[in-house]
Amino acid sequence: MRLSVDHVTRYRFDRPVRGAVQSHRLMPSECHSQRVLDWQVEVTGGIRGGRFRDGAGDRIQGWTIPGPLAEIVVTVQGTVETVDLAGVLRGHRETVVPDAYLRDTPLTAASVALADLAAAAQGGDMLSLAHALSGAVTAAIAYVPGATEAQTTAAEALAKGEGVCQDQAHALIACARLRAIPARYVSGYLFAGSTSPPQQAAHAWAELHVAGLGWVGFDPANACCPDARYIRIGSGFDAQDAAFIRGVARGAAAAEGGESLEVAVAVHAAEQ
Amino acid sequence: MGYFDEMNGGANGGGSNARPPYARLGDWLQSMPAELRSLKQAEAEALFRRIGITFAVYGEGGDPDRLIPFDMFPRVFSGAEWARLERGIKQRARALNAFLVDVYGRGEIVRAGRIPARLVYQNEAYEKAVAGFVPPKGVYSHIVGIDIVRTGPDEFFVLEDNCRTPSGVSYMLESREMMMRMFPSLFRENRIQPVDIYPDKLRRTLTSVAPQKCNGAPTVVILTPGHFNSAYYEHSFLADLMGVELVEGQDLFVDGEFVYMRTTEGPKRVDVIYRRIDDAFLDPLCFRPDSMLGVPGLMDVYRSGGVTICSAPGAGVADDKAVYTYVPEMVRFYLGEEPILQNVPTWQCGKPDDLGHVLANLAELVVKEVHGSGGYGMLVGPKSTAEQIEAFRAKISANPANYIAQPTLSLSTVPTFVEEGVAPRHVDLRPYCLVGETIELVPGGLTRVALREGSLVVNSSQGGGVKDTWVLAE
Repeated sequence: MRLSVDHVTRYRFDRPVRGAVQSHRLMPSECHSQRVLDWQVEVTGGIRGGRFRDGAGDRIQGWTIPGPLAEIVVTVQGTVETVDLAGVLRGHRETVVPDAYLRDTPLTAASVALADLAAAAQGGDMLSLAHALSGAVTAAIAYVPGATEAQTTAAEALAKGEGVCQDQAHALIACARLRAIPARYVSGYLFAGSTSPPQQAAHAWAELHVAGLGWVGFDPANACCPDARYIRIGSGFDAQDAAFIRGVARGAAAAEGGESLEVAVAVHAAEQ
Repeated sequence: MGYFDEMNGGANGGGSNARPPYARLGDWLQSMPAELRSLKQAEAEALFRRIGITFAVYGEGGDPDRLIPFDMFPRVFSGAEWARLERGIKQRARALNAFLVDVYGRGEIVRAGRIPARLVYQNEAYEKAVAGFVPPKGVYSHIVGIDIVRTGPDEFFVLEDNCRTPSGVSYMLESREMMMRMFPSLFRENRIQPVDIYPDKLRRTLTSVAPQKCNGAPTVVILTPGHFNSAYYEHSFLADLMGVELVEGQDLFVDGEFVYMRTTEGPKRVDVIYRRIDDAFLDPLCFRPDSMLGVPGLMDVYRSGGVTICSAPGAGVADDKAVYTYVPEMVRFYLGEEPILQNVPTWQCGKPDDLGHVLANLAELVVKEVHGSGGYGMLVGPKSTAEQIEAFRAKISANPANYIAQPTLSLSTVPTFVEEGVAPRHVDLRPYCLVGETIELVPGGLTRVALREGSLVVNSSQGGGVKDTWVLAE
């Protein structure tokens, strides 16, 4: 499938800031399920900083944006050719060992309810257990936009029984780790058809490390494994660690003034 | 229990003839009447107070500018004793750095089954963010502080390794300065190797690990959390002696591919940062997003070769107390050598068999938290009451993997000035090994002394003091 992405992130500051520094994880992963045809990231007035590939295989690019600034616009535009590998991550070079992803973070910390959910899942082998865990999360946390916030933990989302893809991914990661399966958060894009609302095109799911297969993606939000509709960008322990953009604004005004954020993402199936 | 006294050789200071390295100190002691001694002690205190070398003690609520007690009776090593220690320390520092490069790379030692994967990769100090990155010259820990205790003429044990930012080197330098001022004759009578070359060697070590993108003479800075930090004195002291800037996070900023410091003449590029702040606070874009101490974007510059951070982020995975057990194995695995310095036998409460042994013998053991430091959160069995032991038993049982236990060692003693005159007090040693392009050790270190009679806890936060440490030229 040929997917094109338009992703615009707009930061607005009520009072101009002296400048900003950002770290971007915005380049598609290099793996067998996807091939980049073209891809550009632009930052209005930005200066490119250090660029490297991290131990998890993600392309990281630093940026500094000199001020004074009232607005920062980050534009991502590109086209990727994808194939369906049933969620299995192949041909992806990385140094971090799977065992490193057995560690909790505040967003994915266990709770009694998460432990119960994890313990109830049945599976003859690791792969079927992984499917069962993903299914359990889909059943336990309903997709309700606006029910949770960026800082909501897996435990809180489960207690509420509602959340978005971020919460479902966090809950699956927590459950997998409780069953001693290394698990991580994946940020990316999803082509959900031409009728879906635009904010849904930025997506998140989880990868579980299944012995013999390697990393396998599970998307509890859509009760499936990533296929040709998915573009993988990067991974981390949780949403914060795998974020597209991490940044801070500089200067006294940054501490006092308000800031607003607007994100628009559109993924189209391009004409062949 | 008998103790080895470093001056008299015998147990409990029982020997009559001084061991050779201490031979001349007997006469010195004889020639110093009690009045002169108290005069000198007062002088030392006044000097320390004036230069401002004080130590804030965490959690005691007392005087934040409390002086760390200085004892005038030096601790002495012969050249031969030191030569062996030096070989052992350098060997250990090499192995620890090889381990760090390995576990952030291919992890051969884990694959070979020589250390459990859990201890490495699920360690809180393991930084996924630097996996696959090899710092300049392959060095993660540029200043390795190795805590050593002695139990006999030839028996030395490593108590713990400090690979992140070992503190206390300012006391080594100040104690020497103090002794030379107060007792110049001692330095004529004894051939004492100098330690004042340390700042110069430290600066050379730091410049030797300048990043890939640095061309020209590297600019080095010390990054401190600020004046409220208990080691702030040391940060400013070292900056002065090395002739480099002391900066806080807000003095540095990232622009493009590099880090700069604000100066009166405008921004100046910084190549090497000797940081005295923890990994978690280095960069809010990579670690804790709420950190105000660090430099936003620093880790992107670091990982793309624009700046060197010393010690390298992630170095802490080599020095926790559970990983410590495996350091002799690291020496064999990476260097193909037998360890020159021995570990203290250690039980890991996370292992069921070890836990049983520990719980059955608490009254004889020293128990420590895996990530603890500064002598906090530890139990010294033989010095504790039954209630204290029971309270600790409950803590261990609740979270066994958080504790390790060691036998209570008979730490050597060195004569020390006390109220009643001179009496043996227990000591340890922290030498500072510098690792850059070369590996170097200044002949000396920080000798900490437990001033309370019978006490085995030398931490300054627990009533310990310091002594000048001499290494004699052969």
